[in-house]
Formats: sequence, structure tokens, C-alpha cells
Amino acid sequence: MAIWLDSNSRIVVQGMTGSEGTKHTRRMVASGAQVVAGVTPGKAGADVDGIPVFNSVHDAMRETGANVSVVFVPPKFAKAAVEEAIDAAIALCVVITEGIPVMDSAEFFQLSVNSGKTRLIGPNCPGLISPGQSNAGIIPADITGRGPIGLVSKSGTLTYQMMYELRDLGFSSCVGIGGDPIIGTTHIDALAAFEADPETKAIVMIGEIGGDAEERAAAFIKDNVTKPVVGYVAGFTAPEGKTMGHAGAIVSGSSGTAAAKQEALEAVGVRVGKTPSETARLMRAIIAG
Amino acid sequence: MDLYEFQARQLFADHGVPVTDGEVCSTPEQARVAAERIGGMVVVKAQVKTGGRGKAGGVKLANTPDEAEARARDILGMDIKGHTVHRVLVVAATDIADEYYVSFLLDRANRTYLSMASVAGGMEIEEVAVTQPEKLAKIRVDALEGCTPAKAAEIVATAQFPAEVADAVAAILVDLWQVLVKEDATLVEVNPLVKSVDGRVIALDGKVTLDDNASYRHPSHEELVDRAAADPLELRAQELNLNYVKLEGEVGIIGNGAGLVMSTLDVVAYAGEEFDGVRPANFLDIGGGASATVMSNGLDIVLGDPDVKAVFVNVFGGITTCDSVANGIVQAINLLADRGEPVTKPIVCRIDGNNAVEGRRILKDFGHALIEVVDTMDDAARRAAQLAAGK
Repeated sequence: MAIWLDSNSRIVVQGMTGSEGTKHTRRMVASGAQVVAGVTPGKAGADVDGIPVFNSVHDAMRETGANVSVVFVPPKFAKAAVEEAIDAAIALCVVITEGIPVMDSAEFFQLSVNSGKTRLIGPNCPGLISPGQSNAGIIPADITGRGPIGLVSKSGTLTYQMMYELRDLGFSSCVGIGGDPIIGTTHIDALAAFEADPETKAIVMIGEIGGDAEERAAAFIKDNVTKPVVGYVAGFTAPEGKTMGHAGAIVSGSSGTAAAKQEALEAVGVRVGKTPSETARLMRAIIAG
Repeated sequence: MDLYEFQARQLFADHGVPVTDGEVCSTPEQARVAAERIGGMVVVKAQVKTGGRGKAGGVKLANTPDEAEARARDILGMDIKGHTVHRVLVVAATDIADEYYVSFLLDRANRTYLSMASVAGGMEIEEVAVTQPEKLAKIRVDALEGCTPAKAAEIVATAQFPAEVADAVAAILVDLWQVLVKEDATLVEVNPLVKSVDGRVIALDGKVTLDDNASYRHPSHEELVDRAAADPLELRAQELNLNYVKLEGEVGIIGNGAGLVMSTLDVVAYAGEEFDGVRPANFLDIGGGASATVMSNGLDIVLGDPDVKAVFVNVFGGITTCDSVANGIVQAINLLADRGEPVTKPIVCRIDGNNAVEGRRILKDFGHALIEVVDTMDDAARRAAQLAAGK
């Protein structure tokens, strides 16, 4: 088992003929993922390494049975691409693109809620991987293999770092939910899915400054999660009012601070590491029993 | 990007939200001329991106152009919570009968937009939210539907605006929503929205935050950027397309990925507690690719900061393997030497991830006297802090 992505996932890459799309399609294929189609409007009939390109997500789904889309379309065209995937009622749409205006994200997120058929992950995320099964996005597949840990993170490189620290233990699924102010899948969604996944024995949750998603996740853990959770929060030294790389990573006044998030998580029994390596040690101790 | 009041009110006016007559001035003489043109009593308001201007003495009434000039002279150059006043806004004074509050903002938690409205305006809305929560109406605004006249009427009714201003406030809400949509703002706030003694409803002060991701759709927003107030290193980094934030510290930081760089700052700050309290000097994310050019631009910016005593390069090789990252660092240092700017400060490198052993070997073989390779992030942070403290 794994969450949202497994060996049966059939991936369509939106923007496959672009340089990033082609590069990461090859990486996904090399890692064993079933990439069955690409979409670039107006390029139907073309192919990338033999993978057929279609004009629309709808066509790709009909012809290849694709059920997961990964979006590498530049910000200017990303909204139209995501809306197309939602209209085609694809089950999972992973938006890698960074730099999408937040109003576009708010609109396509609302559309996904209204349709009720598509789970969005991202935007501005590395995607998700279920090691040994499938890989939808840009997470390097050769860091680690399959194992008992579930990971959910706002940050891409901290996801890789944590996978690397715990590479001998392995992961059921690692989900990068993204660093934008509005994202389709939250820590809470991933925590609920990991709680329900029999393969996942323990969960690492990585957060960062901005918003109150971690505080809300803490409240959710208190009432709904029985599996052990360890946490890490980045951005204790971030100054007020400055955006730290991710569009959503900003402390506004006294809200969105790392200290408040750590406190909320610790208050519900989540052990929070001071550094990524200490967080990994906490997880190691849990798995060792 | 947060805007100044004078910029926010210009956007309000552009989209039909009523504002008073006024001009932005950077000298006392300009303030006099503006007051002469406007006529009658004026208000001279400090333009700074922080609250509490009134309490700090940054907002003054002036009965005559002479007084306007004198008040502007008092206010210009004033320091308000660390912000120096470089401009004042001179506006026609309004006889206020009532003060209200209205705003639209991005609601991250609910992943939609929110309207907040209150008949208790004029004070900090955070204070109203705490002391009189029943007086602050919060109404969800659907991103796809927006603020229709019906939604505006709902907001006005929920916040219990008096009947005589209900229609005017509703019309302003519809226009204010257009400011948010058309300008790609994440916050549009009017505080106070006032009813004047002669019965008009006017936006007397406003705040607007624009979405930086949307700047490609708004070439005109470029002129709203206050280059004079920006840190010179931040401006240079922006020109080089680098994600850089200047901080107060001694350890220069370069890393890949926003989360990892934030984490690096924290780990350096912890390590610095042992070494005279040295702190990270900056945030700099060179992104996933970490190419030699980007690395050399990054090193150039960080080494150009006179506060920096040592640099910590913290890269996780994922998509880009560690050997290419290491080659990038070597090329970057050679590039700087070729430009006649050889590295003169110690650089601690931690590269981990795919092909880490090979990457570290490349750096060690390079044999630069000022480059140290340390295997783990925690140890490397400690070493960088130690070097920055001169120990």
C-alpha cells in the first residue's frame, strides 16, 4: 500500500514536450513509473521516447487510461492546464509549477472542490513518490526505497534531506504539498491518508513559517491520528514581513511563526526535532521501538 | 509587495473607490503647493509601511498652506518604528461623522477569499477582533463567483451598516473587489471608510498587498517598487534573479530549496549560540539546479556583504547530483578569481545526497585554502559559526 499513488497509477504529463517536462518524464520513467501519455495542445501525434502526446487530458485519459496528471506548464498557462485536468475528472493532479498567481490557484482549487472528482497536490511542489511503486513529479527516486514511514512536507529539498537521513528505513509515500499560500492537498489530508494506510507505521511531518496549516494539523492529530508523528518546522530565524523563498513562507505580524507551530505540535504529543537530523533520530527511535 | 497609502489610494481611485483629493510630496515646499491647490484644511500624513503613524505624530492637521509646509517639515525625516519618512501625503481634511472598516483578503486556511467588515472602524482591526469580535463580520467570498452586488449586500447586512450608507458601502465593496481582482492583490483594506458630515462615504486610508507571482501580468506595478528603500544587496540579487533576503548576521548562507535554506539559517543560529551569538547573514536559495553560474552569482552577492565573516554553502544533491554541485562550486570560485574578485573569506561546504562521496572528493582535490568540506549539516553549521566568530 501507499497513499494516492501506487504501481497501478498511469501518469499523463501536461507540458511533456517542454524542456522540464521532457527531462522529468525521463526521470519518472527511469524510476519505474508508468508514464502513459503527454499533453501539449496542438501537438497530438508527437511523442517523447515513444510516449504518445495528445491535445488534451481528456483525449489522453480516453486513449491510455491515465489517472494521474503531473503539470509542468509555465505559470502563465498553468491555470488553463489544471482546469482542463479537473474538467476531464482525473483522480489526481500534481502541479509542480512554481510562480502561479495565487488568484489562479484559488480559482482552480475552488473548481476542484466543486467538481469533487480531482485531488490537487501543489502548486509549487515536488510531487509525490511511493518508492518502488511510482513517482509523480521531481522527487529523486534513487534516494531511498520502500518502507514503513510516511512523509508530508511543504518543502522539496527538506523532503529529499529527510528521505536521505532515513534511507535505510524507507518510505511508504513521500508527499511534497508545496510552499504556496493556497495548496490543493494539506498536511491534514496526508495525515488522514497515512493513518488509513496499513503500510505506514509512523509519519514525519515537515512544516515551515506562514499560515496556520501546522497548527490545524496539530488539532487534527490530537483527535484523529493514532500512529506516531514526528515533526520539523523551518524558519525560526525568519524576520517578520519577509517572504522566504516560498510564496507562502512569511511571518505576518505575530502569526505564522515557527515557534507557534512547534508549540502547537508539541502540545498534542508530536515530538519536534530542532534540526532535520535530530528529527530523523526521533523517527529512528520510534521505528526501533 | 505591500504598497504605501498613496499608492493604494491611487489603485482605489483607478477602480472607482471614492478617495479624497490629495497629492504625495517629498519636500515641505511641495506640501505647501499641494495645500494651496487643494484649498481649505488639509491633513499631512507620513508615508511609511507600518501602522501607528498617528500615535507617532506622523499625521497632522494644517489650516493653511504655511502650516502644511511646517507640518511636512516636522514629519519628513521622522523615524516611525524604524521606517524613515521620505514622503508625505497631503489630502483635503474630511469632517468625519462615522468610521467603518472593510477589506477583502486571501484566506489561506479556508483556501478562498474573505471579506471583513465592521462599523467599529478607525482603530486597528486586530484590536476590534479581540475586544469586540461581535462587531467584526467575516464573510467568505468564493474565488469563482467574486463579490457580486448580492454578496456586497450580504456583507453590509451582516456587519449591520446603518441604512443610510448601506447602498454606498455595498457599491464600494463591489469596486474594491475589482481592485483585488484586476490588480492581483492578496489584501485590499480600507480603514477607515468614513461617512462625512455631508453624507458621503469615502476611503480615507488604505492598505494593499500585491501578489508578486502575478507581476508578469502587471508591467505597471514595476513603478510601485520603492528602490530607494530596498537593501542594495537585495536589489542586486533581484537583478540576478536570485532569491535573497538580507539579515543581521555574520554567517553568509547559500543553499538549494527554500525549506532547506530556512532550516540552514536555524541550524546556524543554534550553532552560533556557542560562538559569541553569531547569526545567519542572509537567506539565499539558488534553486534545484545549482549551476556554476548561479553559484558564482550567489557567492558574489554573499561575499559582497561586508558583515559576512564566513560562508556556509549547504546543498542537497537530489535532481542535480553532488559531483555536478561540487564542480559548480569549483567553477564559481574560478569564475570569481577570473573577474578579479578572489575569495577572501572562509567557505564551509556541506554537500550531501546523491554521489556525495564523489562531490566531496572534487572539492578536497580542488585544494583551495579557504574551502573546508564538512560531512553533516549540523557539523558544518558549527564550523561556519566558529569561523565567523574568528575562533
